Amino acid sequence: MRRAGAVALNTFREAVRDRVLYNLVFFALLMMAAAIFVGGISIGIEEMVIKSLGLSAISVIGLLIAVFIGVGLVYKEMEKRTLYALLAKPVRRWEFLLGKFGGLVLTLAVNTLAMAAGLFLALLYVKHRLESADGVLLIAVYFILLKLMLVVALALLFSCYTTPLLAILYTSALYIAGLFVEEMRTFHFAAPNPAMEALLRGLSYLLPNFENFNVMAAAAHGRAIPGALIIENTAYSALYSGIVLFVAAAVFSRRNLK
Amino acid sequence: MPGAAIQIENLTKDYPFGFLHLKKKRSLEGLTMEVESGEVFGFLGPNGAGKSTTIKLLVGLIFPEAGTARILGKPITDIEMHGDIGYLPEQPYFYDYLTAAEVLDYFARFHNLTAADRGERVERMLKKVGLETARKIQLRKYSKGMLQRVGLAQAILHDPKVVILDEPMSGLDPIGRREVRDIILELKREGKTVLFSTHILSDAEMLCDRVGVIVGGKLRGIGAPGEIVGMKAQGMEILFELAGDGRNAAAIIGKATKTGDRYRLQVSEQELFAALEQLQGAGAKILSVAQIKASLEDYFMNLIEADRAQAAAVEVSGT
Repeated sequence: MRRAGAVALNTFREAVRDRVLYNLVFFALLMMAAAIFVGGISIGIEEMVIKSLGLSAISVIGLLIAVFIGVGLVYKEMEKRTLYALLAKPVRRWEFLLGKFGGLVLTLAVNTLAMAAGLFLALLYVKHRLESADGVLLIAVYFILLKLMLVVALALLFSCYTTPLLAILYTSALYIAGLFVEEMRTFHFAAPNPAMEALLRGLSYLLPNFENFNVMAAAAHGRAIPGALIIENTAYSALYSGIVLFVAAAVFSRRNLK
Repeated sequence: MPGAAIQIENLTKDYPFGFLHLKKKRSLEGLTMEVESGEVFGFLGPNGAGKSTTIKLLVGLIFPEAGTARILGKPITDIEMHGDIGYLPEQPYFYDYLTAAEVLDYFARFHNLTAADRGERVERMLKKVGLETARKIQLRKYSKGMLQRVGLAQAILHDPKVVILDEPMSGLDPIGRREVRDIILELKREGKTVLFSTHILSDAEMLCDRVGVIVGGKLRGIGAPGEIVGMKAQGMEILFELAGDGRNAAAIIGKATKTGDRYRLQVSEQELFAALEQLQGAGAKILSVAQIKASLEDYFMNLIEADRAQAAAVEVSGT
């Protein structure tokens, strides 16, 4: 784990030095603009607008970083041959992968928490106070982070054996498909087709379920989120990411470097 | 410690190519050799001969189709063995957002070193490879030669018992090459085993206890440089100057090559005394008489030409 930790810290440092966290400036500007703009909207809606806009921005910015940096995590190291000297050290390939994964998740966690702080500041500016119901936002942010963790695992898997462009396509396709798993489970064809419906249902359990992580509407309205969902989502994201990382390690462990 | 530091047995590697990677090209065929503990071993061969393939197999970057290898008695699949080896990749490239000191500290973290030990070693290595003044500059601003020095520093940072260098002189100016040669000799003095691949035959002749010549994925010769090229003199060379016009020995002087005021004449051992008599008779001043020995380069070129001739013969017989 010490070795994976070293890789993770270096991955985090790379993201910082490559100015990945500069997106926070964009987010800050967006929140400031929104806070000033919603001043003209009636009380009640302005709070919801800030919350929805803030959570959506945290999710979209996080997804862009997770996908675009995630797909290059391993590929870039192979292409630039920075991996050669490293893999000659006493470090296992799965430790390297775990470190890359951990480094990007750490980057996303720092980024997401900074954005969440910005969201609370914007909310404070608009409402002049914070309520205990606003705490639901923290759960929504936590779910976004769980979702991003899963996206990073998928991007990392594709990064192990294909080009960044294809990896972006595959990861995005899986993400989009993962937003519709509930629909796949309940889908009925116009003409009864039990075989296709069973196939879709089976597929819906294989695909990552990203729908469960979306509690933005509930958070924007200050509705409570059940504790069971927090446990369920945490376990799901950890388990699914773990399986994806295991497959990535299996693929990468026998990969010949050019 | 006597015995083999590196043992390679029947190592074979194919590279897939073509559509869907269905075709395979053999890059290394049944390589069997040993590198003795404490020796400097040079791995020679033209581009694409299989030198880098062998080295990458040894450090676990690629996997063999057949065969095995052991370093310090441990199989190359044993990750702990990597703590005892240092590796410089060919044309190394490192994280360009890091400084030399940071990249060395990063690599040092994979070995069981304390923070104080890491810091001390990083400083020592930077000084050793002449980068102490550039230690705080990000690697994106480094020249190829400077990156090569960083590569060398990270390879020997943890005091490995076996050092494997893939084209260590590549990209270096004469001063850099000299410094790398000094580092290799220092490693030898410290009792390390050094395996390095090179195109520069003079470096191999100067540094290596033994060399292995690989052509077309096959080991074609192995031994001490003098041993494998053959110690037998191939003739004699007379270096002389003429005081007069040398008309008395015009025939023999006509065979010599003139460079400035000096002449070089190559003769067989049997012809030596007769040639000296003729030259002295013509008033020549003999400056030196030396044996002509085959160089490693001659041996290397002969092997490559033989390989090409064999390939051409196969092609002709196939048509």
